[in-house]
Amino acid sequence: MNFQLLGINHKTAPVEVRERLAIPEARLAEALRRIAAHPGVEEALILSTCNRVEFLARTRNGSADLHGFIRDYFRIDPAELVPHLYEHRGRDAIRHLFRVAASLDSMVVGEPQILGQVKGAYATARAVGAVHSQLDLLLTRAFAVAKKVRADTGVGSSSVSIASVAVDLAKKIFGSLQGKQVYLVGAGKMSELAARHLLAHGAGSIFVANRTYERATQLAAKFGAEVIHFDQLYDTCDRADIVITSTGAPCAIFKREHGELFLSRRKNRPMFFIDIAVPRDVDSEMNKLDGIFVYDIDDLQQAVSSHIAGREKEADRAEAIISAEVEKFHVRLQTLDVVPTIVSLQDHLENIRQAEIDHVRGRLGHLSPEQDAAIETLTRGIVNKIMHTPITTLKTAARESEATTVIEVIRRIFNLRGEDAGRRDGWKTERSHAQIASNESGELETEIKADIGAKS
Amino acid sequence: MPIIWLRVALGFYAVGLLHALLVLTRQTSWLARIALPAMTLGVIFHFVSLAESVQQSGQLTLLSLHNSESLLALLIMAAFVIVYLVYRTTSPGIVVFPLVFVLTFAAASGQQPFLLNSPALRKGWLLAHIILIFAGYAALLISFGASLLYLIQERSLKSKQPASILLRLPALEVIDQIGYRSLLLGFPFMTLGLVAGTIVAQAYFGRIDYLDPKILLSVLMWTVYLIMLYTRWSAGWRGRRAAYLATGAFVTAVVAWAANYFSTIHGIVQS
Repeated sequence: MNFQLLGINHKTAPVEVRERLAIPEARLAEALRRIAAHPGVEEALILSTCNRVEFLARTRNGSADLHGFIRDYFRIDPAELVPHLYEHRGRDAIRHLFRVAASLDSMVVGEPQILGQVKGAYATARAVGAVHSQLDLLLTRAFAVAKKVRADTGVGSSSVSIASVAVDLAKKIFGSLQGKQVYLVGAGKMSELAARHLLAHGAGSIFVANRTYERATQLAAKFGAEVIHFDQLYDTCDRADIVITSTGAPCAIFKREHGELFLSRRKNRPMFFIDIAVPRDVDSEMNKLDGIFVYDIDDLQQAVSSHIAGREKEADRAEAIISAEVEKFHVRLQTLDVVPTIVSLQDHLENIRQAEIDHVRGRLGHLSPEQDAAIETLTRGIVNKIMHTPITTLKTAARESEATTVIEVIRRIFNLRGEDAGRRDGWKTERSHAQIASNESGELETEIKADIGAKS
Repeated sequence: MPIIWLRVALGFYAVGLLHALLVLTRQTSWLARIALPAMTLGVIFHFVSLAESVQQSGQLTLLSLHNSESLLALLIMAAFVIVYLVYRTTSPGIVVFPLVFVLTFAAASGQQPFLLNSPALRKGWLLAHIILIFAGYAALLISFGASLLYLIQERSLKSKQPASILLRLPALEVIDQIGYRSLLLGFPFMTLGLVAGTIVAQAYFGRIDYLDPKILLSVLMWTVYLIMLYTRWSAGWRGRRAAYLATGAFVTAVVAWAANYFSTIHGIVQS
């Protein structure tokens, strides 16, 4: 349970501060090697996105100086950052990671990108070898929890940003966006974003018309779009299925008669106007035409906020899932702590038994197979009886906070050597990933039983 | 002789009908090159047929309903040719070709009714008629349902209520595609079903009473169907306007169905 997390996010720090800690992807591997080599750190993961930078570590003895790492790596005095930094340990660190992966800690709750970012961070950390045992287990679990939250609650079920609401609406009208033409009127940041979303969902070619031609050319270059002179707007606009307008024009540039013209040229195929300009570019009369759908910024905003309102309720349910999962994982880790001790105990007693049998066999001379079998049964029976109580005690203790004490006592009583650190990791890495990812602690118990059965 | 020329004309018109159906389903049709010459040849034979029958009877008799159908078909084709010469557009052909075909078919079969002597043959045609018409009805029903869904989805998108964004209906264009495709698919069934119906009726009665409510309503339904296809194909009518038309076609279909109860024609079904 020696997890420790130090981080900074959009809630605790403005972007000027966050960007000082941001680690670009190209330098991530090197940073991971550095943090993994930091004193007291066994395993580490670095998550660096535009909204957060977090350092998650499994420490050797419950505490590592992650502030020190920040000081060394970024050459920043952590004291400056202290008001912005948050630090979680043990169970809280697990909870935090689960919440981040499930997108409950995101600026827009439920947005789907964060899980991909965490997975990316995990992949890099594994490749570098910074994540190999318990942290691996924790992250695999975090992905499963995120998936569960997504599947069982409404969090993340529908899109959020204005751009993705626009995409949703476009899909309601056109079904697939494959091959649909998008026309950008005005070259604002928002329309660029919306166009990007539409392209990502399969929209075909893009046209750009802007009052200043250079601006249009610049924007068009980003998409490989076709630039159109602004005075040809009305002649070309009927080619577009989706029109995104964001000009600074003082009054509407698309009026009802334009809509009628476009429709007759397009043989009444539907058109979708996304008007993100204020004041609006599209006359509200347009929406009354059959086959033309106009959504202005307020309509889109309303759609977005209704999604978010629904989400808060769902977020409560998600939090409940996460609490339960944190508990489960906690129990599971403690059980994990106990397993190596059980295995060493079994090995230890088995060695004694073998040694004693070898010792006594020389004196007994020739034995019939029946006698041999009787000795086997007898000695095994004794060993199992002796082992029974310590193993049950260990397993019970695993669920309680005294686990470490019990482990310590049993190790001392039976004089089990301090090979634990290496063994514990070895125990884990020997097992397949699928087995590790198996989720319930009940399953783990059967795993342990199988272990014990194999030994005895 | 006139009937033979009329049948030759009908053969050429069939090419036009096929072309119209193909154009509706895709942008280009391999019949595009020969459809117009075929229709022109059809007009010529049609004219010869009419002229000959006028010559034989010594006057332009419209006493026979079948002659007037034939004349109407010829005039429609003439109008189409004039429009083509002036505007160089063949797009009205989508409507004109099937219409001319059906009219000429009625005229040709009326002048010399089909004689299906063997009962098995009659049964076969009757079965074909029923299956085809039912397929047409099914397509019409799907299309009608789709246009209602379209209206609901359109309204929910226009209302901009956040709750409606979560409404789990298929996308607008998907609904639209379903409606249009089933409409396209249903049209050939409906057309051939009516043709088969004509043949069956003639086989049983020797002639057709075109003023029978069942026949009138069926023809009306077929016409509305054709208009729906045309407005959709040429102007891309969908949404509210398409829904009105689909409702119209559907209601006519239901009434045509109900007409069984006060029509004599379908008496054969019970017999």
